[in-house]
Amino acid sequence: MYDGGKIIAGIIIFLAFATFPFYSNIGKADIKPPKPSLDTPVIKELAVKKCVEPKEYMRANHMQLLIDWRDAALREGKRIYINSRGEEVFISLQNTCMKCHSNKKKFCDECHSYANVDPYCWDCHFAKAKQEEQR
Amino acid sequence: MSVNRREFLKYAGLTCIGIGVGGAQLFVTRAKAFSGYTPTNYGLKAKRWAMVIDLRKFEHEEDYKKVIEACHSIHNVPDFGNPKDEIKWIWTEDFEHSFPYQMNHYVPKEVEEKPVLLLCNHCEHAPCTRVCPTKATFKRPDGITAQDYHRCIGCRFCMAACPYGARSFNWRDPRPYIKHINPEFPTRMPGVVEKCNFCVERIETGKKPACVEASEGKMLFGDLADPESEIRRYLDEHFSIRRKPHLGTQPAVFYIIGGE
Repeated sequence: MYDGGKIIAGIIIFLAFATFPFYSNIGKADIKPPKPSLDTPVIKELAVKKCVEPKEYMRANHMQLLIDWRDAALREGKRIYINSRGEEVFISLQNTCMKCHSNKKKFCDECHSYANVDPYCWDCHFAKAKQEEQR
Repeated sequence: MSVNRREFLKYAGLTCIGIGVGGAQLFVTRAKAFSGYTPTNYGLKAKRWAMVIDLRKFEHEEDYKKVIEACHSIHNVPDFGNPKDEIKWIWTEDFEHSFPYQMNHYVPKEVEEKPVLLLCNHCEHAPCTRVCPTKATFKRPDGITAQDYHRCIGCRFCMAACPYGARSFNWRDPRPYIKHINPEFPTRMPGVVEKCNFCVERIETGKKPACVEASEGKMLFGDLADPESEIRRYLDEHFSIRRKPHLGTQPAVFYIIGGE
C-alpha cells in the first residue's frame, strides 16, 4: 500500500469527525419523558374528567381521529361525532378540543416537541378558543 | 414423520378457522373505538342553496359596508391595505365590470352607477372544482362550492378558472392583519386560496349566512330546488339577472337591479 500511513491517519481523522456527535453526547441523554398537563380551568371544573374517547385511545390515535373529524365535518357535513360511550360531540378542533385543552404549550407541545413532530394545525386554528390575542 | 392427505386437510382446516376467529377478534377490538358521525339536527337543509341580492334596497355606502364587515369579521378575513395582496370574500364592483355583457345604452343612472355586491356564485357547474388537482375545492350535495384549506396546495388553477374573480390567494401570513379576530373560526395560512363559503359553518348550525343576516332583508337565502321557498317566490315576482350566464356555470347568486 502506497502512503499507508497517510491513508490510515486520514481514516482515523475522518472517523473521529464522523462519530463526534455520538461520543460527545454519551451520558448526556437526560431528556425527561413528556408529562402533558391537564391543569386547565375547564378541565378542573369537569365532574367526570373524560376526553371524547378513552385516554389510551386518544394518546395513540388522536391524529387519526382529528383527520377523520376534519373529513366528516368539512367534506360530508357531519359535524357531530358519536363516541364509543354513545355521547355526541361537536366536531371542532378550536371550539371543542382546545376548549378543554387550552394549555397548548403544556399539553400539545409537551409530547410533540419530545417526539420532534411539528403539526401545522395552529398555523390556521387558534390554540385558545376564547382569547383575542393569539398570534 | 409423514403427513397423509387426510391429516393435512384437517390441519389446513383448523388453521383457517384459527385465522378467521383471530381476525374477527381483531375486528371486534377495533370496532370498540369506532363510533359514528352524523349531521347536526338543528342545521338548515336544502337541495340547492342560493341567494338573491336585491340591489334596489342598497341605498347608502353603509348598507354595503355593514354586510361586508359582517362576513369579513366572522371569517377572519385580513385587510392588508393594498390591492395586490387583497383577500376578499364579499366585495363591491361597479355595474359595468360586474355585468360586462349587460352594458346597454340608456340604462337608468341609478342602476348604472350603483356598486354591485359580489361574492362567490357557488356555481352549479363550478369551473374551479374541475381544475383543482387535489380536490381541495369541491361541490357539496347542497350546491355549496366548498374549499378544504387543509388540502389546498396553492396552485391557483381555481383562481384562473373562476370567471368571477371570487378567489384570493394568501401571499402573506394573514394573522397580523386581521382587525378583530373571531376565535371560533380558523384563519388561513400563506400559500392557500380562499373564498366565500356560503357560511356553511353557520348553515350547519342552524343560522343563515352572516351577510344575509346583516343585510336586514336586502339579501335572501334559501333553497332554489324548492318552488315554495322564499327565494323562489321572490324570483317568480321579480326579474333577476346573474353574472355571465352565457358561460353555463349556473351561478346561484341572483341580482335584482331594477323594476317595481
